[in-house]
Amino acid sequence: MEIAIFAIFALLALGSSLVVVMHRNPVYSTMSLVVTLFSVAVLFVILGSPFIGALQVLIYTGAILVLFLFVIMLLNVTKEENTASTQKGQLGVAVLGAVIFGGLVLALFWSSHVPLDQMAPLSEELVSMKGLARVLFTEYLLPFEIVGLLLLVAVIGATVAARRPVLPDATSGLMPSDLVRTSPEEEPLP
Amino acid sequence: MTPNLIATGINIAVMLGFMLTVVPVMVWVERRGSALIQDRPGPNRLGPFGLIQPLADALKFMFKEDVTPNAVDKPLYLLAPALAIMPAMLTISVIPFGPDFVLNGVAYPLMITSAPAGVLLFLALGSLGVYSLVLAGYASNNKFSLMGAIRASAQMISYELALTMAVLAVVIPVGSFHLGDIVEYQRAHVWTFIPQILGFGVFLIASFAETNRLPFDLPEAESELVAGFHTEYSAMRFASFFMGEYMSMTSLSALGVTLYFGGWSLPGVHLDGLLGAIVGLLVLVAKIGVCMAVFVWVRWSFPRFRYDQLMRLGWKVLMPIAIVNLIAVSAMTLAGWL
Amino acid sequence: MSVPVSWYLMLSAALFAIGAAGALTRRNGISIFLLIELMLNAGNLALIAYARQWGTHTGQIIVFFVMAVAAAEAAIGLALFIAVYRHRRTIDVNRINLMRW
Repeated sequence: MEIAIFAIFALLALGSSLVVVMHRNPVYSTMSLVVTLFSVAVLFVILGSPFIGALQVLIYTGAILVLFLFVIMLLNVTKEENTASTQKGQLGVAVLGAVIFGGLVLALFWSSHVPLDQMAPLSEELVSMKGLARVLFTEYLLPFEIVGLLLLVAVIGATVAARRPVLPDATSGLMPSDLVRTSPEEEPLP
Repeated sequence: MTPNLIATGINIAVMLGFMLTVVPVMVWVERRGSALIQDRPGPNRLGPFGLIQPLADALKFMFKEDVTPNAVDKPLYLLAPALAIMPAMLTISVIPFGPDFVLNGVAYPLMITSAPAGVLLFLALGSLGVYSLVLAGYASNNKFSLMGAIRASAQMISYELALTMAVLAVVIPVGSFHLGDIVEYQRAHVWTFIPQILGFGVFLIASFAETNRLPFDLPEAESELVAGFHTEYSAMRFASFFMGEYMSMTSLSALGVTLYFGGWSLPGVHLDGLLGAIVGLLVLVAKIGVCMAVFVWVRWSFPRFRYDQLMRLGWKVLMPIAIVNLIAVSAMTLAGWL
Repeated sequence: MSVPVSWYLMLSAALFAIGAAGALTRRNGISIFLLIELMLNAGNLALIAYARQWGTHTGQIIVFFVMAVAAAEAAIGLALFIAVYRHRRTIDVNRINLMRW
C-alpha cells in the first residue's frame, strides 16, 4: 500500500517537475510546480510528518506560489524562448541534469556507512506534533526566534524594495513629506 | 480494515449529500432573503414560495449555450471551474458531525478523516481556493478578468493570515488541532466565542473576505468590472463558480461553528449511538444555516469595500487585533482561566 | 514491506537535478526562481527521509526553518524583480547584465 502511494506520487512529482523545466509559459510552470509540491507534501505525510506536510501545502502552494502567480500576471511575463525549446538545447539540458543526478547518487552511495534500507518504525512520538513542538521550543529555541526576526526583516525589505521610487526635487531637496505618497490620483499598482 | 472503509464511506456519503443539497437551498435562500431585505416579493411563480426556482435555475444552466471565446488559454480556462469546487469538498472532510460512534467496542469518529492535524489540514486545503479565481482571470484573455484575478489573489492571501491567527487562538486552550477534541473541550467548558469574542470577530470578517462575499467581493465586482474574473464564462462553468462559492461558504461556516459555537453539540444534550449522530448532524446543519443566513444578510446590507480600504483593513486592522487576541488567549491559558 | 530510504533519496536527487539543470539554462528570471524553490523542496524531501530513518525530529525542524527562509527569500526576490522590471522593462536575465542603467 505504501509502495503504491509512493510510486504514484513520486511519478507525479517527477513528471510535473519536468513540465516546470520545459514549458515556455511561466503560468503553466507555476501550476506544474503546485502539482509537484503537493505530491511532495503527500510524500512527507507517508514519511511520518503530517504537520510538515500540511505546512508545505499551506506555505508553499497556498502563499508562495500565489505570490509567484501574482507577480507573473502583474509584470505580464509572456512565453519566452529558452534553451529547452530547441532540439540541441534539450539535449544539453538533459545531459546537465543527468550529470548532476549521477554525481548526487554517487555521493549518496559512496559515503554513507549506514545501510540505507533501515527505517525507524513510525512511532507516535515521531508523528505527533507535541514531540516536534517540544524539540522546537527547547533545543531549537534560538533559531526559532532568529527566524522570526528574519521574517520581519524580509517583510520590511520586500515592502521597501517594491515601493515606487521617490525622485527628489532638485530645487527644494528631499523633505520628509516627500517620502510619503500623498497624491490620491496617482494610481497604485493594481 | 473493512469496517473502517465502510465507516469512511458512510461519512463521505453523509457529507457529500449535505454539500450537494446546500447549493440549491442557498440559491433559494439568497434570492428570497435578498428580496425580503429589499422589500420586494422575490421568486414566487414556481411552486409555493418559489421553492422550485433552484430546479429551474439548474435546468437553465444545463441547457444554456456554452460559449467559449476563441482567444482564451484553453487548458487553464477549462481547469478553473473544476478547481473552484475542489477545495471546499476537500476541507469539509475534517469537520465532525456527531459524537464518536461506538460499535462492538471500537469508536468510529464521525468525520471523513480523523487526522490529528485537522485544523491545519483545513487551512492548508482551503488556501488552494485562490487558484481557481486566479486561473480564471488569467486564462480569460480579458483585462477586466485579469484585474479581478490580481485583486483576488492579493485579497485572499492577506485575509488568510488573520483567519489563521484567529484559529490558532482557539487551538491554544484546547491543546490539540483535532476538531473532535475542540468540540469536546467546548462541551466540557464554555463555547469558545464567549472568552474569545475578538477572535470570533476577526474570523467572521476574514471569512467574508476568504469567500469573496460582499462587502469584499471586488474580484467579481458586479457593477465595476463587468463580472470580474468570471466574465468570459457562461452556462455550466458559471454555475460551477457559484457552486464553488456556496460550498466554500458552507465549509468555512462549518469550521467557524465547530471552533466557536460548539459544533455538533448542544449544552446539556448527551446522546449516543445512532440517535446521537442524527441529532448531532441536525444541530450542526442548523448552526451552519444560521451562519449562512448571516452571510446573505450582510451581503445585501453593506456597500462594497474599495480595494485599498480592503487591503488596509486586512493588514493594519485585522492582523494586529488577531495578534492581540492570540497573546491574550495565551496569557489566560497560562493563568489557568481557560 | 515499506519503501526503503534510498528510494526517497534518489527521488530527491532526481528532483534536485531537474531543478538545477533547468535553473542553469532558463532565461526568464521568475522561472529560475521557481526552479530554485523546486531545489529547496528536493532538499526538504531528503531531510524528512533522514528524519524518518533515524526516528528523530531534527530533520523535521530543519525543514521547518528551510520553509520559513524560503518564504522570506521568495518575497524579497519577487520584490526585487518588480523593482528591476520598473527600470529595465524586462526580466530576461541575459539583458539585466549591467550595473548602471
